[in-house]
Amino acid sequence: MSKAVCFYLHVHQPFRVKPYTIFRAGNDHMYFNDQTPDTDTNNEFIIRKVAEKSYLPTNEILLELLQENPEFKLSLSLTGTVIEQFEMWAPDALESFKRLTETGHVEILAETYHHSLAFFYSRKEFEMQVQMHKQKIQEIFGQTPTAFRNTELAYNNDLAYWADKAGYKAIITEGWDPILGWRSPNYVYRPAYTDNIRLLMKNYKLSDDVAFRFSDQDWEGWPLTADKYVHWLNSTSDEEDVINLFMDYETFGEHQWDHSGIFDFLRHFPGEFLKHQGNEFLTVTEAAEKFAAKDFIDVPGIVTWADTERDLTAWTGNAMQHQAIKAIYDLQNDVIASEDLELIEDWRLLQTSDHFYYMCTKWFNDGDVHAYFSPYDSPYDGFTHFMNVVHDLKFRLSEKGFEDV
Amino acid sequence: MKILMLGWELPPYYSGGLGIVCYQLSRYLANKGADIEFIVPFEADYSYIDFMTVTAASSFKHETIAHILGSYDSYKFDDKFDVESEVVPENLSINDLQTIYARNVARLASVHEFDIIHAHDWLTFAAGILAKQKTGKPLIVHVHSTEYDRAGGHEGNQTVHDIEFHGLMMADQIIAVSEATKRTIVDFYRIDPAKIQVVHNRIDIDHQHVTETANVYTYLKYMRERDYKVVLSAGRITIQKGLTHLLRAFEKVVSRRPKTLLLIVGSGDQYNELIELAAELGISENVIFAGYQLGTGKSWRDGFKVADLFVMPSASEPFGLTPLESIAYGAPALISKQSGICEVLTNVLKVDFWDEDAMANQILAVVENEGLHASLHTNSYAEFLGLSWHDSADEVMKLYRLNGSREIMS
Repeated sequence: MSKAVCFYLHVHQPFRVKPYTIFRAGNDHMYFNDQTPDTDTNNEFIIRKVAEKSYLPTNEILLELLQENPEFKLSLSLTGTVIEQFEMWAPDALESFKRLTETGHVEILAETYHHSLAFFYSRKEFEMQVQMHKQKIQEIFGQTPTAFRNTELAYNNDLAYWADKAGYKAIITEGWDPILGWRSPNYVYRPAYTDNIRLLMKNYKLSDDVAFRFSDQDWEGWPLTADKYVHWLNSTSDEEDVINLFMDYETFGEHQWDHSGIFDFLRHFPGEFLKHQGNEFLTVTEAAEKFAAKDFIDVPGIVTWADTERDLTAWTGNAMQHQAIKAIYDLQNDVIASEDLELIEDWRLLQTSDHFYYMCTKWFNDGDVHAYFSPYDSPYDGFTHFMNVVHDLKFRLSEKGFEDV
Repeated sequence: MKILMLGWELPPYYSGGLGIVCYQLSRYLANKGADIEFIVPFEADYSYIDFMTVTAASSFKHETIAHILGSYDSYKFDDKFDVESEVVPENLSINDLQTIYARNVARLASVHEFDIIHAHDWLTFAAGILAKQKTGKPLIVHVHSTEYDRAGGHEGNQTVHDIEFHGLMMADQIIAVSEATKRTIVDFYRIDPAKIQVVHNRIDIDHQHVTETANVYTYLKYMRERDYKVVLSAGRITIQKGLTHLLRAFEKVVSRRPKTLLLIVGSGDQYNELIELAAELGISENVIFAGYQLGTGKSWRDGFKVADLFVMPSASEPFGLTPLESIAYGAPALISKQSGICEVLTNVLKVDFWDEDAMANQILAVVENEGLHASLHTNSYAEFLGLSWHDSADEVMKLYRLNGSREIMS
């Protein structure tokens, strides 16, 4: 009875836009530098807070696990925007990630540097951001990624086709039932219209038991111990190849707090799992190479790992989001032509998907403010600040001689 | 002549035109010999006012109760009075404050000496009636806005309507800020037109403010030098102001002339709705929301100065001071025919608030035609200069004398 687990964690922080009024446009070209103490748009404050609560204690545990169990493997992705924030404000956190990769048992995935949805709006820009990310990962971790993850695991046939052509060995997305049908997520698949690349799909049931339900005392699985969880993993069908546990890194210490017992769980889970003869951890690429594709997977529409809808509506679902995304990508030609590196980088940082998420009204309208994770008071404020920044971008472009923006 | 003046707000603690009008009118009346004691519902620093006595009707500090004060938020008013909460400002509602105000004004009225009670708008009417009953002095109610206006031409809050009706019935004299308001009072409150006198508002502008040069709207100033035109709307963002029609008209403007920007200054219960509507119309890049700006501040005035045209598309506007401000600061105005200011100004563009095609046409005409812009500006400014508080204050003084000499039967 042997089982393989692919354990993958996603690390990301956006550069949040400060409250930016129209009075700043034309005067203040710094969008991400809120230094007001203890506010949610103060990026330094947030990264320090999350480093203390999540990155540092979690990496300490992960490093121990990697050192104690040579069979423990981990896959990670870190966006360019979070790495930059580590470099500026939390070098200790960045060092701790480096130490993880130095064990040789951590694979880092490719993605867009700016955690953007550029694939769906500008292929050229998307490829540039993937390239930037690749260089950053090589520079910091000395690895060249062989597996690809898109922002929010947003995926369709086109993306797989692109990743295949780009030479990636693996790509990952959500194991969403309407796509899988009667099939299980616990296999390696081949994306439709591709030859070489393999697709790993998240087992959302077992992943979300940890990521979302871990501290839910109304959940029948509570309290979740490593023991119980490993029992669940071992209880999956014997014929299945690999269980893909994909989650946000910040699950550990930020989404699930220390006192929930999440750190104890993490400390004990790998050892408990490896106790069973034949059980193994694989990285994303290792899993893709080890197992034969069971079938091909056809995804003409876009699937993501988000919300109960598993779509992009949290980012592109309302008119404000359409307007904001259109405003940004309409500027592409002029921004690139300006050859102004600061301007280009600011424009890229504004593509980070989080900005559009803050404009989402689908929970806000229900009055369910707890579901609205945002540094702003309302989606309307988030939108207004963002559009005022767009005006300032236009101002800067105009000063460079790009008049008809 | 001693006047017991009942008002809800005075600058700088105010939410709209009412506060400005009460202040400026009182100043001119004082100059003409009226001895005014002005009763506000809260304590605040009014030491800068030296032409009349300002008395607080409660010991609540302005800053602790500012959130419930809005004289325009009549839709929030119900007829419950929570005596328990009387002393706790945190739990105080606008209803409680109105009741406390009335009670304390009545108490005050029986000790202080005066000849006339002059009450401004619904929140002070109950106080005015009580004061009249206690003292037998004549009551003048001054109508700046009715519930019918605030609800955007609908029935609105019945309790508030009833308060207004009582005030209007009990008044010995009614002052309406426009003929339109007088018609509303006659048609919707069934009041005898004979006791209603129209006195139009005016506005004093500080000349120093007109000649200031720097402008806080750097971006808009810059874009104007690059063939962009700026249309402005400023005020509370609420159904009464008709802004959804302006946005729909502006969509037509943008499709014809993309280099046109709409600056919306202000906040209110329709703020989010307007942001969303602009997005749905696909014109978010052309519509700029500046948020709430204090009416005595530079970012308020600078809006007018950076604008090529000011639009006041109100569905119902008893008077409407902002077009006068706009003209004073240099932006010609397009105003709805449903506003009282329509009766005063000739050299402005006028449109039915619901006629989005006509509104779009007129906006385009001004932003595309320098000549039209220039003549509207020159002529409306000349008109503005001819409008003075002196004349309006004289009319009010006349009403004071008339009513002061009248025997009241109570």
